[in-house]
Amino acid sequence: SVQAHKEDKPQKMMEVNGLTPVPESYDYDLIVIGGGSGGLAAAKEAAKYEKKVMVLDFVMPTPQGSSWGLGGTCVNVGCIPKKLMHQAALLGQALQDSRKFGWQFTEEVKHNWMTMTESVQNYIGSLNWGYRVALRDNKVTYENAYGEFVGPHTIKATNKRGVEKLYTAERFLIATGERPRYLGIPGDKEYCISSDDLFSLPYCPGKTLVVGASYVALECAGFLAGLGLDVTVMVRSILLRGFDQDMANKIGEYMKEHGVNFIREFVPIKVEQIEEGTPGRLKVTAKSTTGNQIIEGEYNTVLLAIGRDPCTRKIGLDKVGVHINEKTGKIPVNDEEQTNVPYIYAVGDILQDKLELTPVAIQAGRLLVRRLYAGTTTKCDYVNVPTTVFTPLEYGACGYSEETAVEKFGEENIEVYHSHFWPLEWTVPSRDNNKCYAKIICNIQDNERVIGFHILGPNAGEVTQGFAAAIKCGMTKEQLDNTVGIHPVCAEV
Amino acid sequence: GKNEYDLLVIGGGSGGLACAKEAAQFGRKVAVLDYVEPSPQGTSWGLGGTCVNVGCIPKKLMHQAALLGSALKDAQHYGWNIAQPVHHTWSVMAQAVQNYVKSLNWGHRVQLQDKKVKYFNMKGSFSDPHTVRGLTKAGKEIVVTADYIVLATGGRPKYPTHIAGALEYGITSDDLFWLKESPGKTLTPFVFNVSLECAGFLTGIGLDTTVMMRSIPLRGFDQARQMASLVTEHMESYGTKFLKRCFPTKVEKLKSNRLQVTWKNTDLGTEESDSFDTVMWAVGRAPDTKTLNLEAVGVKTNSETGKIIVDASEATSVPHIYAIGDITEGRPELTPTAIAAGKLLAQRLFGHSSELMDYDNVPTTVFTPLEYGCVGLSEEMAVQCHGSDNIEVFHAYYKPLEFTVAERDATQCYMKMVCLREGEQRILGLHFIGPNAGEVIQGFALGIKCGATYPQLMKTVGIHPTCAEEVTKLHITKRSGLDATVTGC
Repeated sequence: SVQAHKEDKPQKMMEVNGLTPVPESYDYDLIVIGGGSGGLAAAKEAAKYEKKVMVLDFVMPTPQGSSWGLGGTCVNVGCIPKKLMHQAALLGQALQDSRKFGWQFTEEVKHNWMTMTESVQNYIGSLNWGYRVALRDNKVTYENAYGEFVGPHTIKATNKRGVEKLYTAERFLIATGERPRYLGIPGDKEYCISSDDLFSLPYCPGKTLVVGASYVALECAGFLAGLGLDVTVMVRSILLRGFDQDMANKIGEYMKEHGVNFIREFVPIKVEQIEEGTPGRLKVTAKSTTGNQIIEGEYNTVLLAIGRDPCTRKIGLDKVGVHINEKTGKIPVNDEEQTNVPYIYAVGDILQDKLELTPVAIQAGRLLVRRLYAGTTTKCDYVNVPTTVFTPLEYGACGYSEETAVEKFGEENIEVYHSHFWPLEWTVPSRDNNKCYAKIICNIQDNERVIGFHILGPNAGEVTQGFAAAIKCGMTKEQLDNTVGIHPVCAEV
Repeated sequence: GKNEYDLLVIGGGSGGLACAKEAAQFGRKVAVLDYVEPSPQGTSWGLGGTCVNVGCIPKKLMHQAALLGSALKDAQHYGWNIAQPVHHTWSVMAQAVQNYVKSLNWGHRVQLQDKKVKYFNMKGSFSDPHTVRGLTKAGKEIVVTADYIVLATGGRPKYPTHIAGALEYGITSDDLFWLKESPGKTLTPFVFNVSLECAGFLTGIGLDTTVMMRSIPLRGFDQARQMASLVTEHMESYGTKFLKRCFPTKVEKLKSNRLQVTWKNTDLGTEESDSFDTVMWAVGRAPDTKTLNLEAVGVKTNSETGKIIVDASEATSVPHIYAIGDITEGRPELTPTAIAAGKLLAQRLFGHSSELMDYDNVPTTVFTPLEYGCVGLSEEMAVQCHGSDNIEVFHAYYKPLEFTVAERDATQCYMKMVCLREGEQRILGLHFIGPNAGEVIQGFALGIKCGATYPQLMKTVGIHPTCAEEVTKLHITKRSGLDATVTGC
């Protein structure tokens, strides 16, 4: 049954999909399930149009017991803490450089994990708080409760104490995001951590094994090594699947040369505890993917970063008939973010065949709401979305990878222009002079239009952003050549 | 032909070398004359011009040294334990920078050699339209004749010679980067981007630095004063002292060898003075054309600035004589424009190209402690050109993520985009104050070259978390009067 309590209810919507008849009026115009980047952006946008909106957000604690507040992956266990810890590692490098620039201080410099983590967590806490205030200011109802569909237009919200409430809405937006995948081997849930735990770890992880070759794996391995820890990355096959492999290999090379160990073509088959502690000592047994070789290693921490799975299997989608990809758990949507059930939409990491990025989720969420309530027709443009991997040597990209371009257009129809460069700031401290690299991929048949941009170097994100805008404007090689560089910066390359 | 060379370039700086090397690519016989007249303080340097020796390169490196000082402070917040106090040694930095510059001088010489360009370390002057006399420091003379001659002698810092003691006791940027010992307590009167940049890094490495300004900072940059005042506001909070509405009247040397500067405070109408270790003038640069003997061949210059007048193809009033770079009238004084102009010129002269240099929408960056990058029109220029009703200014005060944990003040981190209000809302100008401003602006300059519009920028998805993404999210207009503070996430 439906709880009727609010005074001014939204207008009714008639029967949908031939399902059981729906009530004449709903508690909310829109209920958003998932208070992350996509969900919150959509909720705040809808409130602008005076819609009655509710956000349900709930974080299931990790096997290690970690949990966090409102804001989703990006704010709590993704982009934000990741970039801050990456910055901490970069500052470590800056300390070394600074000596060459005349700065003098003690030879031995050590890093304190707790100081950094506390600062990072404090900042995240302020963001969680900020989101709650923003929702309140926008008159969006927020409940820290687990949402699941129980019937047409109806959702059950269960809070931490197990109290259940039912709500109805004219429309729903699923934005539940994803959580890290586990290996499914003995000892994984008991002894291993994931990125969900790393950023709030109340002790220094020590000697760490990172399992995986995703950008999460490489970014984490990168900053952990930058903070002075002994880091090993265990890779099943290739690095950064889906990314330009030429660039991926350069990233790996750089990390190897700067102290990260790589174990290639092995997968862990067992994790055992040698000694308890913070951190403790773990024994990892791994098997080769190409033969029968078995190896063992001892680490303080094992960080799993082998992928993320959508939170779509336990939210009652079957009760309302929303199709998901059974294998991956992702939700297919049309180009208006609509699921197969017309009044149910989805944005963010859970979408099938879409990019798992905060700004994409935010853009999609906002545009969706404007189409629903403001009469616009603008759809989210998923083409030429720029991205950056914040490894020790940062990698920014927009458009096609070299492989994909060759596949789509044919090798004879594309031209790749490339260059190594030596950032001026690296000269004095004698840092690598042949690692930074940039390449653009042009479509010869289309006026040498730039269809791919890749850069490996400091501040890759800052550099790439503007180029992404230019690519959006259909930039050609000629226009690029005619644009004067700013000197001396990396981006002028 | 009867001339010895196809091309003679006078001036081995950014423009000159680029032109010479490009011409050599076409198999031409090319010669370069480069000569550095020592500064009044006696400073000199090798091949490469202003940028390499006393401009962009050492400036950015010393700016980096200062930024690293801030990084050291930030690092503590991020968990790095560094025993205090930390201090900076000028000579370590200066030597490292000077060594790098010298390696560039060497690199340029090798490049010229590889490309079979003849290099003379001589001062050139015209004997007749196709003949140039080269003179070494020792007085040795040669005569060079060429079909085409390109003048790229650049500029040198001016001295305020009307101020007593200015020439004898002051230095300029020509000297600053080559000092072996720390400049100590420094005064830099008159504000152009050079003195702000220098004052900025001197403050950053721990020196007592004062900037004296008569009127407005950063003349030529966004005259709406907004960007310039944000930059100087930041510098004030960063530790640089500012003496506003003051101008120096005399410089005297004290028995201690320090300098006593006297100035007039136009606000209070009083005269004040203080002692400094160094006084660095940055009152603008004058084109280096006096000794070229331009009058003998009829190359016309602007009577006020002394700069060489050129047309769109960089041609002077004498058909086979061209000029590029800082000596040319009406051109931006930037290395990349000189290089691009030099290359295109060579391509037109020897490579059957007809492409002219496009000086529109040239991006640039001022490397002050909080950097300022811009491309296109300033707000005031846009209003002047189109009328304030026809332009829309989107702006935002933002906070770089890295400042949060470091507890750094982001009050002056700001960006604004000037667009046409009607039609497709083409972007006329973009201005950004914040870390890595140059890196941020470069790509957008490209977009503006492609005729980027506001809707296109809004369609571009941001990269998260960066400062640059805030550009793609600009939506608050000045016209609305709303608070432009944006929160990242």
